[in-house]
Amino acid sequence: MVDSGLPIRVVLAKLGLDGHDRGLKVVARMLRDAGMEVVYLGLRQTTDNIVAAVEQEDADVVGISMHNAGHLTLGPLIVRALGEAGLAVPVVIGGIVPDTDLAELEAAGVAAVLGPGASVEEVVTTVRSAAGRDGST
Amino acid sequence: MDDPRSTLSGIPLSPVYGAGPLPGEYPYTRGVHSDMYRSRLWTMRMFAGFGTATDTNGRFRELLRSGSTGLSTAFDMPTLMGRDSDHPWSLGEVGRAGVAVDTVEDMADLFADIDLGGVSTSMTINGPAAILLAMYVVVAEQGGVERGQLAGTLQNDILKEYQAQKEYIFPPRPSVRLVTDVIRFTAAEMPRWNPVSVSGYHIREAGSTAVQELAFTLANGFAYVEAAVAAGLDVDAFAPRLSFFFNSHVDFFEEIGKFRAARRIWARWLRDRYGAVDERSLKLRFHTQTAGVSLTAQQPETNIARVAIQALAGVLGGTQSLHTDSHDEALALPSEAAARTALRTQQVIAHETGVTGVADPLGGSAYVEWMTDEVERRAEEVFAHLDEIGAGSILEGVHEGIESGWFMGEIAESAYRFEREVNAGERIVVGVNAFTEGNGSPGTELLRVGQETEDDQLARLAAVRAARDSTAVTASLRRVAADATDPEANMMPSLIAAVGARATVGEIVEALEGVFGTYVETVVV
Repeated sequence: MVDSGLPIRVVLAKLGLDGHDRGLKVVARMLRDAGMEVVYLGLRQTTDNIVAAVEQEDADVVGISMHNAGHLTLGPLIVRALGEAGLAVPVVIGGIVPDTDLAELEAAGVAAVLGPGASVEEVVTTVRSAAGRDGST
Repeated sequence: MDDPRSTLSGIPLSPVYGAGPLPGEYPYTRGVHSDMYRSRLWTMRMFAGFGTATDTNGRFRELLRSGSTGLSTAFDMPTLMGRDSDHPWSLGEVGRAGVAVDTVEDMADLFADIDLGGVSTSMTINGPAAILLAMYVVVAEQGGVERGQLAGTLQNDILKEYQAQKEYIFPPRPSVRLVTDVIRFTAAEMPRWNPVSVSGYHIREAGSTAVQELAFTLANGFAYVEAAVAAGLDVDAFAPRLSFFFNSHVDFFEEIGKFRAARRIWARWLRDRYGAVDERSLKLRFHTQTAGVSLTAQQPETNIARVAIQALAGVLGGTQSLHTDSHDEALALPSEAAARTALRTQQVIAHETGVTGVADPLGGSAYVEWMTDEVERRAEEVFAHLDEIGAGSILEGVHEGIESGWFMGEIAESAYRFEREVNAGERIVVGVNAFTEGNGSPGTELLRVGQETEDDQLARLAAVRAARDSTAVTASLRRVAADATDPEANMMPSLIAAVGARATVGEIVEALEGVFGTYVETVVV
């Protein structure tokens, strides 16, 4: 991927019924403070809503927050939905995800997972790297 | 040591020390009972729920065998949001973060072989709270226990959902009407039931400070008082049954000051502003849960220490019941072993430490009394603001604060400030930004709830749908909608009839949404 010099655009959403939005709101501010453009969709989004937003906003990364233990079902679902729409946009999941589930999420095409206690630096670096804009490309 | 009347060395203890007002005396800063835990320990009430009703029933019975003295039910996200397990939005969330309840049959399985006349049950549910209470009544009465004998608490605190937890369904005003319907119903028919647990817990978990938690929660409590009085009830007919639910976070003395200030503020406002004369109306009783958000995924065993300290703050603050978090909660739902350790933590505090021997043992400490006054003073500033924007009504002030996004903005600001302080190293979180040696060591055995739970629950729901009388269901839902359009009607009788006819939570919610509408929040980041 070529660095366009434009700010990284990130779509942030809660997928499903889970209402825990403290973490996602904090992440939204962290990414904005790091110079990224954040499209915050908020609560109770469906895969269709998220795919439409990614397409419309020309997003570089999608961030999905999950505190409902549904990540093994919903994580692969959003990756697949983006793929079916022809959008090669990496998905980063944040929230309560046990280490033992990481391999399965990775195999399903999830780009990265951020757990509780992740620092600003980790969050920003992970999103940059998912966007292919960590300076290594 | 299980004799609270003398120390380990045999020094005899008085039930209380210091000058008045003493515990049990207005304004109850020092506690709602004169001898507090000497005569009765707090209720050890562990919050539990996962998988199907049968799975959670097993955990309930294990907790009761281990010495829990009350039950507390965690429902899954679809139930909390009033959606059936077979609704498309429920995919992946059935039974994952709580127990799935679609129909009264699930409720019957949830409490199978538990004596509902002998146990007190708390149900953490808000948007569809009235429906779940209706199910509990139907299950109890099917088992021969009259509704008037039932003891327990329905969270039923919808205002904090718009402010913090976000498990709302209908817009605020019809939702408050449902809350007051439950208050009217229990005041008339369920004298041992707490119809609302006014909850700061979720406000705090969403990122607020201790002062915001206290102030927003008590303001919500005042709002329910105003709503119930406006619905025609005398304040003393329901206020004794309003209960509260606070977070116990890790800043030890600030928390204790918060609990003490809560009692004093409530007593004064109920007496002076709302004209309550029954002493029981003035006594703020509360449940405490340790701060889930303070738990770390890094070196999770460290959380046992955090929980113990937070639980002790709750006890020194005079709580009536307590849930201690399990140390694995930053990783998954509590495993049975972790939940047992958490309960054992309470038992150590109750039976070994001797803190139960003297009521309000910190009363009179210059620091604790100052902290209590300071937290109170800051909370009063918030009430003054809400009173002003509500033109003399706290209820209207709270509605306005929800509509304008004021509460959400305040909470988000505090949450972000905390994260920045942790990131800058100004605030130490052990294992996260300091003392990280040992991070990444193999974790504990976690509770797993798999796809088979969802499949099981879908099969259970399909079986109920197939076996019920669908004409009766349709008629009962029509009655629910008709009562919803009549603001004078109390919703509870039609809800009891509908769940009795095996209408599902989702069907009833949809009938109500047809009248009340569906709430969509304005995003505040």
